Amino acid sequence: MSDVASDRLGLRQRLSLRGLDGTTLLILPALLLLLAIFVYPFLYGLWLSFAPKAGGIFANYATFFGDPFQYDTIWTTLALAIPVTIISLVVAVPVALRVRLLKRQRLLTTILVLPVSLGTVLVAQGLLNYLGPQGWFSRVLMLLHLSGGPARLTHNYWGVFASLLITGFPFTFLLTLSYITGIDPALEQAAATHGANAWQRFRHVFMPLLVPGLAVAFLLSFVQSFAVFPSAVLLGAPAGPTRVISVAAYQAAFEQYDYSMASAIAMIMAAVQLVVVAIILGARALFYRGSTSGGKG
Amino acid sequence: MIRDTTIGAKLWATAIWVLVGFFVLNLLAMIATVILDSFATQWLRSWLPIAYTTKWYASAWDEFQLTQVLVVTFEIVFTVVILAGLFGVTAAYAMARRNFPGKRLVMLLFLLPLLVPPITYGIPMTTVLYQTGVGGTFWGVVIANLVPTVPFVILVMIPFVEQIDPKIEAAARVFGAGTFRLFIHVLLPMLLPGILAALLLVLVRTVAMFELTFLAAGPTSQTLVVVLYYSVFAAGVRAVQSIDAMAVIYMITTLIWLLIALRFVNPTQIVARVKQPTT
Repeated sequence: MSDVASDRLGLRQRLSLRGLDGTTLLILPALLLLLAIFVYPFLYGLWLSFAPKAGGIFANYATFFGDPFQYDTIWTTLALAIPVTIISLVVAVPVALRVRLLKRQRLLTTILVLPVSLGTVLVAQGLLNYLGPQGWFSRVLMLLHLSGGPARLTHNYWGVFASLLITGFPFTFLLTLSYITGIDPALEQAAATHGANAWQRFRHVFMPLLVPGLAVAFLLSFVQSFAVFPSAVLLGAPAGPTRVISVAAYQAAFEQYDYSMASAIAMIMAAVQLVVVAIILGARALFYRGSTSGGKG
Repeated sequence: MIRDTTIGAKLWATAIWVLVGFFVLNLLAMIATVILDSFATQWLRSWLPIAYTTKWYASAWDEFQLTQVLVVTFEIVFTVVILAGLFGVTAAYAMARRNFPGKRLVMLLFLLPLLVPPITYGIPMTTVLYQTGVGGTFWGVVIANLVPTVPFVILVMIPFVEQIDPKIEAAARVFGAGTFRLFIHVLLPMLLPGILAALLLVLVRTVAMFELTFLAAGPTSQTLVVVLYYSVFAAGVRAVQSIDAMAVIYMITTLIWLLIALRFVNPTQIVARVKQPTT
């Protein structure tokens, strides 16, 4: 790998043979920066969570898991994040399989990238108007006699659900699309030549090749939904039904100024995410892993 | 391409397009609501506003001190873009060119900030920022935004560097180019499309980055999206139309950069990693 002139002697030469030379040192600025502003704060937070304002080292965790108002936030968050992630993924796969065949997908993908790049705050503000009692959505429902009075879709679970879906689905879809377009179409054609119907082609050709990518898509969109914050506050009921875990952490830090407790909640958040990541990656290991390109080899 | 002509396949395709249409319709209607409302004199209990006006833009501009907010936003965003570019491109170059012990560990470190959601690491990070005294300041916000953007630039740039033949660099060395000249005259021109794409994506992401800016910002270092959040949060104090006018201004600032970015990258690459250099 090393293309450095080998006429130098001693330590320097031996280091550069292992890939350590002046060029490698270019990593250092970014590495040190991230150690200082990402790793150190995280470790500090971990340590801080074991140094509560009062009580023993586990006092914060004991308080959190002893108070239903706090520990219920885990279920509240999971009850939002898991359905949204599953729906996004289940819808994204067939849609991406279909969109892949389009010649002009650019318009659709551009429209779908809008909510991702506009961000959750704008989506929350838009949905407050759109899904509100006098908004267009509610009016259409009444026009079609699907709902008796104005539908209550904001300041509750469904408002947050809708906002997560409207940012989460495009994200999952674009991710899935990039995986699906990476699969060699020749593989499907080969299956079709051998008489496999659409379902069989999906089940035996696409599915096994997609599972690793879908696992990653699931994780990324789950982790995004699990960290829901602005829309849970703006579009939900942050005091009750949509008091998600990030709201609990935020309140501990910036309303009670208990940074130790806030760090403990952030660590619990990270731990729950880690558990889900471990489960998904464990399940992924049960499936086929290999090349998504056709041809020999 | 395989064509299915059975009834089932056609129904399935139709169902999918109806679903996509329904989603896109709702999405566009949501955006249209914000835009329409920002031009409405009054919009209650009717399908469309009664009359239209542009006065909300002037009042939003004054009420929220948008001149100052926009200046702060772009100061922060461009500082982040430049710093993320400097840190990211140099590290990406080394990551692409060298194999060294512990490279996988370093790679994992660069991946983590992109996988862990901002609010999770944002809370311990802001605690540290406030203790060191940079919390709530301009640099606090910049530092917070560097956490996800530096790794992002690294990941985007690695494939761009990898596709440049090392022989070209070797040739420049043979002809006596020093590291600096090699970089300016050989690497930079070849990497420019990649750097441009990466930095534009950083720009779009930083304008829209709510959580980290929200946690790290003080009264004078709020970006547009944070000001928008606070105004929606305290809705009722001000007219909804005025907030919507600000939302439209925010949309325009994001969309301009998004449209420029989309000239260089695919929409899929905004969420996924940039796999191949754009041609």
